[in-house]
Amino acid sequence: MGAQLRVYRQKIKSAQTTKKITRAMELIAASRIQKAQQRVAASAPYSRAVTRAVSAVATFSNVEHILTTEPEKIERAAIVIFSSDRGLAGAFNANVLREAEELAALLRSEGKDVVYFLVGRKAVGYFGFRQRKWEREWTGGTDQPEFATAQEIGQALVERFVQPASEGGVDEIHIVYNRFVSMMTQVPEVVRLLPLEVVEGVEEPGEHEILPLYEFEPEVDAVLDALLPVYIESRLFNAMLQSAASKHAATQKAMKSASDNADALIRDYTRLANNARQAEITQQISEIVGGADALSSAN
Amino acid sequence: MAQLQVSVVSADREVWSGPARQIVARTTEGEIGILAGHEPMLAILSTGEVRITNLDGTVSTAKADGGFFSVEHDNVTILAGQAELV
Repeated sequence: MGAQLRVYRQKIKSAQTTKKITRAMELIAASRIQKAQQRVAASAPYSRAVTRAVSAVATFSNVEHILTTEPEKIERAAIVIFSSDRGLAGAFNANVLREAEELAALLRSEGKDVVYFLVGRKAVGYFGFRQRKWEREWTGGTDQPEFATAQEIGQALVERFVQPASEGGVDEIHIVYNRFVSMMTQVPEVVRLLPLEVVEGVEEPGEHEILPLYEFEPEVDAVLDALLPVYIESRLFNAMLQSAASKHAATQKAMKSASDNADALIRDYTRLANNARQAEITQQISEIVGGADALSSAN
Repeated sequence: MAQLQVSVVSADREVWSGPARQIVARTTEGEIGILAGHEPMLAILSTGEVRITNLDGTVSTAKADGGFFSVEHDNVTILAGQAELV
């Protein structure tokens, strides 16, 4: 067998095995999207209830609360980046990191310091490679986010937020994550988490529905104290779930195009291999004919 | 008879929802009982235990540590990061 033909056959084999792997990953991602989407849907009643409660407190009481009041001067802002633990998801992590970079540049241009909180190994790797500093990291659970992690992040953020700026506290907290729009589209999104813009989360009351005047127990302040961290946690948890669903969708898309590319490669190499085989046969025939000619003319 | 519409939600799912006759919860201020027609209210639960009297008179208990309790228009929502029915 000709050397050329052997090389082509090797390449076809290798493309075929790669395709098997990418196809398997595509199917796995596809089945995980379903689960991730269900989790996003299942967490909806909770975030709806929390948002409603926060809206009620914020709308019907004019309490001054540290978490809701805008500080006069913002010295330091925190950015929480939700990336994934694994790659092979197309532009998923690149998108969210680019969005975060833009936000950081914007904040710096406004004269604010920026500190980072990272979720997912990819963001940690990105910052580590560039030798940049980050405050804290949470890795290992981006595929199936746990509510406990959201609580941990929420606690860390609120802790930094209530510290005065002179002691390293932050005055503003932003989150950057991939929002799951559909199987085909995931949009990187920036949300300012603190100080709260409750307005953005307020549910529009229906036509016959007026938000009732609530009685608070014990006091409005205490309720708000307890409620706001819960609200933040629920927003963080929602971002984590959305990000996980987006990651699976992005993986599925990336793996599908990888499988398609493998198909194209296999097709092209098969054509080349066929060519090489035919050329070899043609050459053999001409060698035989030439040999026979030479023999007959020698007689 | 008027009845309450109760739902118990945790961060990752809706644990239980259904009609009920009465709800007794322990808030940070003390125990409180809710019947249909109660004024809107938002309270912090202390022990996190809520007793729900179903329409047939049986009592079920929900655990919602560090949770909240909101009442409006006979809709009662008990929410906590981790909630369960025991």
